[in-house]
Amino acid sequence: MALIVSAEGLNKKFGAVTAAQDITVGIERDSVVGLIGTNGAGKTTFINMVTGYLKPDTGRILFDGEDITQLSPREVTKRGISRSFQIAQLYNSLTVIENITIALSVVLDNADQSGFFSFADPIVPGFEQKPHEVANMLLERFQLQAYRDRKAQILPGGVRKLLDIALTLVAKPKVLFLDEPTSGISAQEKFGMMDMVMGNIRSQGGTVLFVEHDMDVIKRFSNRVLAFYDGRIIADGPPQTTLSDPDVLKYVVGGHRAKG
Amino acid sequence: MDQLIAVFIDGVIYSSWLFTSAIGLTLIYGVMKILNITHGSFYALGAYTAASVTGALLAYGMEPLLSYLVLLGSATAVALIVAPVLERGLLRFMYTKDEVVIMLITYACFLMLEDTIKLIWGVDPYFVAEPYGLLDSFEIGSLTYPNYNILLIGIAAMSGLGLVYVLNKTRVGRLLLAVIHDPEISRAMGINVDRFYLVTFSFGAFLASMAGAFTAPTLSVVPAMGVDIIVLSFAVVVIGGLGSLQGAAVGAVIVGLVRSISIHFAPELELFVIYFVMALVLAVRPRGLFSIAEARKI
Amino acid sequence: MSAPKELSPPGESSLPTRDRTLTTVLTIAGAVLLLSLAAPQWAKFLLTIALAKGLVVIGLLPQMRTGLVSFGQALYYCLGAYAAGLAGKWFAVSDLILMIFIGGSLSAVLALVVGVLLSRYRGIFYGLLSLALSMILYGLLVKTEALGSTDGFNVAPFTLFGYRPEQDSVRNVMLIVVTTIATVSALVIHRHLKTPIGRMTTAIRDNEIRLEYMGASARRVIYVNYVIGAVLAGIGGAIVAAAVGHIDPEMAYWTMSGEFVFMAILAGTASVLAPFLGATIFSAIHSFAFDVSPNTWQMILGASLLLVIVFLPEGLWSLFRRAERS
Repeated sequence: MALIVSAEGLNKKFGAVTAAQDITVGIERDSVVGLIGTNGAGKTTFINMVTGYLKPDTGRILFDGEDITQLSPREVTKRGISRSFQIAQLYNSLTVIENITIALSVVLDNADQSGFFSFADPIVPGFEQKPHEVANMLLERFQLQAYRDRKAQILPGGVRKLLDIALTLVAKPKVLFLDEPTSGISAQEKFGMMDMVMGNIRSQGGTVLFVEHDMDVIKRFSNRVLAFYDGRIIADGPPQTTLSDPDVLKYVVGGHRAKG
Repeated sequence: MDQLIAVFIDGVIYSSWLFTSAIGLTLIYGVMKILNITHGSFYALGAYTAASVTGALLAYGMEPLLSYLVLLGSATAVALIVAPVLERGLLRFMYTKDEVVIMLITYACFLMLEDTIKLIWGVDPYFVAEPYGLLDSFEIGSLTYPNYNILLIGIAAMSGLGLVYVLNKTRVGRLLLAVIHDPEISRAMGINVDRFYLVTFSFGAFLASMAGAFTAPTLSVVPAMGVDIIVLSFAVVVIGGLGSLQGAAVGAVIVGLVRSISIHFAPELELFVIYFVMALVLAVRPRGLFSIAEARKI
Repeated sequence: MSAPKELSPPGESSLPTRDRTLTTVLTIAGAVLLLSLAAPQWAKFLLTIALAKGLVVIGLLPQMRTGLVSFGQALYYCLGAYAAGLAGKWFAVSDLILMIFIGGSLSAVLALVVGVLLSRYRGIFYGLLSLALSMILYGLLVKTEALGSTDGFNVAPFTLFGYRPEQDSVRNVMLIVVTTIATVSALVIHRHLKTPIGRMTTAIRDNEIRLEYMGASARRVIYVNYVIGAVLAGIGGAIVAAAVGHIDPEMAYWTMSGEFVFMAILAGTASVLAPFLGATIFSAIHSFAFDVSPNTWQMILGASLLLVIVFLPEGLWSLFRRAERS
């Protein structure tokens, strides 16, 4: 199994706070990895480092064999790693369809298509379709058609998160980080949402890592779990074993609320 | 040697004038995060009020030495009348808007005040030179300088030191520092932030109009005064760091000396150097030489 | 109907948006030209200057959509004017098109260099640095004897393709040239805003980090927009130099940049026609208000700016849009 992302000895401190301590982990291609841990345990820091927003104090990150440690988010995204955000990051004054259009614009621009002087019909790389066809497909797959012409600012929270995730798929990423995709979603709707999201991602292929606090969601959708605590990875393995690991029960799930 | 002394003294005099002129701008930015273009209007209003009132009183036979009080009084009057009206009547409704938008609003006010000045005082220059010449002059080597310049330097020093004292040693000052640091939390702690904004804005306006009032005797007061002082103040404040008192002092010294050197050795570059240094600082250290450390909001 | 050759998914408007703007712009340009050719000389002159300034303002449009307000467009406006004037003074260039080309090119060269630095700045720092740069030019020009210092110098009457227009037709020729250039620039900017870089322009204002995370360089977009703005400002300056026949350093003073910003806000950034509308309204107010009472026109302008900022943040153009919707 080839490692698509590998982190080696990542350390990061913010003054007296240790956000990452000797993080070393290899992610296999096409795996679905759940990241669990209490707030402040280092999950988002890990994502921020891998996606180039933060630079680790020491250590390095390899993507498909290439050292991407010092690259900017833009560079990392262009190489094939995308992420969604804990708080949906959208273009608030633009409509849903306009948000998707921006994502398409970026992809087309990076492929040198649709510029000022090009008059040919653009084709979105990765999808081999016209831009509006890709847009419609995403709207349909994420059930956003009803919100097509609404400004992002006024969308309900769950829809914002769906749009945030939909936007990441435009670039056809090889690795996708989802930062708390179901946060703010009611318990009943979490499964449905993740079903939709994961179904869409699987149809494109790729590796997924997602941060999640609901252990049922973790169990259902991931084939590997990384547990974070105090900047370290304290457990690593399939959901069944990891979620019953005593350290994980103590530091993440809460021992007295252990679920089988 | 004489020339070097001249460069130095000219530099110090100009720097004091710059400092007094710019300090109000940096204070208002530091506390309210507003780049206040009406700063130029307050300067001009101070100058016009000072020149016309002093001129009129002197014509009525006022004791010339009292004119200094009149200058100060004019500045106070301008600050007490115009500033609160502007702040309470308009600006305070705009605080939620973007920094650049608020700046444009102050620009609009500046335009309106420019014409207000013309309507009140007309477009002809005002000239009230008595306070300037009244104090005699001092000599250094072969150079003669009116003592009025010492007054200017004194005002600059007092303003600067006074503000430093208030900010660091008084209770009001400490509360103000809290407001600078975080207005929201200050409000939550019961500090009357609105009142602080009003007072700060008025005091900043006072500093600007005081600079204008005391400058009036040294030149002819014309409508373009406000326009020129704005960019000069920007230069000083940007070089030193927006919102920083020490920065304003350092910026004033740098601009003053650079200009003085230029006037004596390369006059064609006089204006160019000021803005060149401003651009240089912006390019190399945009926050200025003494930027206020901003707390990381978590 | 064939699929539109751009990114608009069907359903955005029943007609391909681009074509509608094309016809609108051409119609308005044609109407303006016809009406004004019949107007008195002073009106032709006013309109010429207004449209030339409108060029500077439309150059501001992409930048302002990014949320960046340049307080230094006067740098290129003045540079374009002086370049055109000096081409005539030193190199006996009198062809109008050549002068405009020189003004635009020199501005482009400077902007390509300056833009590398400026594209890193945001908010008021963008404004302050652009202001400082234009004041540098002002400072240089004011003290340069060879260029006339504060007086500036005169620009000789222009020729067009080798022929010197007669006294009576000078204004007409000028008007036709500036209207043509304005029309072309409106269409160019319109097209630009539909390209990926043009679309990313609006995205930057809302969420620059998200754009970076999508794989785009916000800095690059800002740089491109800045250079475009500079070229248009240079062209505007060259036209004004030729139309007025005189240039001076005041063209680089910060209040000149303020005027352009003013016009941009007045009209709003919603349409490529808005800048020209803003410039025309501004010039009209300036002329008429000034004649009526020279000491109140700034007050009127200041008050209008305030009203627009507070009540019509999208500029006066939003009034047209509201009419359209209802």
